[in-house]
Amino acid sequence: MALNIPKNKTPIAEQKPEERSHNFKEVVLGYTLEEAITEANRCLQCPTHPCVSGCPVNIDIPGFILALRNNDLSESIKILKSYNNLPAVCGRVCPQESQCEGKCTVGLMKEHEPVAIGKLERFVADWAASHEGVEEPPKKVEVNKGKVAVIGAGPSGLTVAADLAKKGYKVTIFEALHAPGGVLMYGIPEFRLPKTIVEREVKAIEELGVDVETDVVVGKTITIEEIREEYDAIYIGTGAGTPRFMNIPGTNLNGVYSASEFLTRINLMHAYEFPKYDTPIRIGKRVVVVGAGNVAMDASRSALRLGAEKSMIVYRRSEKEMPARIEEYHHALEEGIEFHWLTNPVEYIGDENGNVKAVKCIKMQLGEPDASGRRRPVPIEGSEFVIEADMVIEAIGQTANKVLLSTFPELKLNKRGYIEADPETGATSVEGVYAGGDIVTGAATVILAMGAGKKSAKAIDEYITSKKKA
Amino acid sequence: MFEILKKKKIVEKEYDMWIKAPRVASHAKPGQFVVVRTSDKGERIPLTIADYDRENGNIRLIFQTVGKTTYEMAKLEVGDKLADVVGPLGTPSEVKKHGTVLMIGGGVGIAALFPIIRELKNLGNKVITILGGRTSELVIMKDECAKYSDELIITTDDGSEGIKGVVTDAMKMLNERGEKIDYAWAIGPTIMMKFAALTAKDLGIPIWVSLNPIMVDGTGMCGACRVTVNGNIRFACVDGPEFDGHGVAWDELMTRLKQYKDQEKISLEKYLNEVGEM
Ligand code: FES
Repeated sequence: MALNIPKNKTPIAEQKPEERSHNFKEVVLGYTLEEAITEANRCLQCPTHPCVSGCPVNIDIPGFILALRNNDLSESIKILKSYNNLPAVCGRVCPQESQCEGKCTVGLMKEHEPVAIGKLERFVADWAASHEGVEEPPKKVEVNKGKVAVIGAGPSGLTVAADLAKKGYKVTIFEALHAPGGVLMYGIPEFRLPKTIVEREVKAIEELGVDVETDVVVGKTITIEEIREEYDAIYIGTGAGTPRFMNIPGTNLNGVYSASEFLTRINLMHAYEFPKYDTPIRIGKRVVVVGAGNVAMDASRSALRLGAEKSMIVYRRSEKEMPARIEEYHHALEEGIEFHWLTNPVEYIGDENGNVKAVKCIKMQLGEPDASGRRRPVPIEGSEFVIEADMVIEAIGQTANKVLLSTFPELKLNKRGYIEADPETGATSVEGVYAGGDIVTGAATVILAMGAGKKSAKAIDEYITSKKKA
Repeated sequence: MFEILKKKKIVEKEYDMWIKAPRVASHAKPGQFVVVRTSDKGERIPLTIADYDRENGNIRLIFQTVGKTTYEMAKLEVGDKLADVVGPLGTPSEVKKHGTVLMIGGGVGIAALFPIIRELKNLGNKVITILGGRTSELVIMKDECAKYSDELIITTDDGSEGIKGVVTDAMKMLNERGEKIDYAWAIGPTIMMKFAALTAKDLGIPIWVSLNPIMVDGTGMCGACRVTVNGNIRFACVDGPEFDGHGVAWDELMTRLKQYKDQEKISLEKYLNEVGEM
């Protein structure tokens, strides 16, 4: 097949690394309409469309791209929104390389990059939001099918709420923090996902008739029993919830953060705008981030933007095992983040005032594969060395938050302490109670959480409908 | 939004407020706290719940002005609203029939101690309360505490009321008197709790203390509030705020409380400049 399409993705405008590493504005600036159409033309519209099966919510990718190519943005956004309530978010934060783009036929051809599906999704969503009339207002539906409570206004909760509202349910989301959005608000930084975009997508969901009640910690502010009395079904999407620490000596020194705290201060609380905003953050000169997932990239790049002279990542495995999204890794490299592979901290060393001043590390080597299928890192005896650092951010993952779970003993948990839920429906051990997202799977991605929400919305609808018939 | 229903200045820098927060009021138990944010740009700070009126849906907060947020709260009047009040957070106090309980309070910690005193008394404990302060008028809520205490002892640094000395002097006095204490609580400035806990240890009395580290979410999400108790890292917002006083790493807590000292100063000075003197 002699195909006459450009081998590479249509280049996209980005802030220059030297410039962006000093501000919190979005790194990727997005396509123009022309560029987007050019990129849309790289899509073969192949009959097998493997991209769709790579998408956790099975978006009709060729469909929205074709509409875009025909300059029919209304149709394009309509297709997107029928599968995905948060396209502007997913276009920005999905790991496309291991999902849709990873399966793209064009990308499988020699020397060809896949179609920039994520960038096109983002383009269509942004275009529709900034051009009045492109997107049809939501259809008015009669709200008469029942009442559903959603716990947690993160990606999975918002998805369930939106889907059920469209079907005619009265949905209330209870959110513990003062703003909806979950990890999109407190976790993912402004330079990757501007908060105005999250607010815009949440507003669109509220316009479907969904009520969002902030400042409600379920299990504390109201009990699960009270909710069960009032609602026909419950969806729990509270997120993974509680940071893990290395638990090595010096963990409680000043200047040692969990990535959750560091990023929450910056993103949700706007500490990077202190003192205009009240919440403070320490400014590290030499910052060590432990871990190499997306959260670690976000933390190290945020530290740089706050004013760090040097921002380093230490990771106990090698570059190959790094779990971060490839685009974030590239951006981090471009911005000058220093990577120390096969390195693990063993102690944080403090000064006489209780501030961290150095990280004692040990060199690692890869041994036999472990349960995750990746080769297990083992310390090399006697290889300890010291990195000077006045700030440490641990980004080594999370465990289940117990605040709600401890008040709901009937709910069956799995070995790891997360909620046991049917992967196809989200049904839990308690009738009428569904769960999905990180509180079921442990820390995963935004789109997987949304996928779980989609399935649960369907199952909740079926459950309530059949119960009301009976 | 959470409306301020009543406001009173108790003494210099200390305020007493009732706030409309029906869901918090209906679930609050002694020992719990709320996280408060004054405005959209505000910080989230923890404040202990001093009292609650379930019927009318109100909670009472007693606080001291120490930083920007509390100064800003002090400036608010009846009818004004707080942007956010979240709670009740934390694990409630272990109130049950212990026998004789010793309740030690200082500063605005007395406000946090009060609902625990009342509950312990209602459960049939013999309640001995020690309230301490620099000078007589800084010892707040004396009448309210007295109402639910079998004995109320006041200590003041300057001797203007009660025993001239500190709360630990009163603890030792009770011990010398032969009073058998089954459990104690101490809530107040960190330094007071530290010494009360040390003295309790010497006297062989188990003691609860209510820790007040810096918090962000208050729901176990961030670990800002971590403290070391009996050698383990615990999150004060969910595992506490009350912990075994004998096991707390006090010096670490005090160091962590100073973590943002410089920024707190900048923030407060900027605010005081904007609003003029209080
Ligand atoms: S304040 Fe965030 S975990 Fe306790």
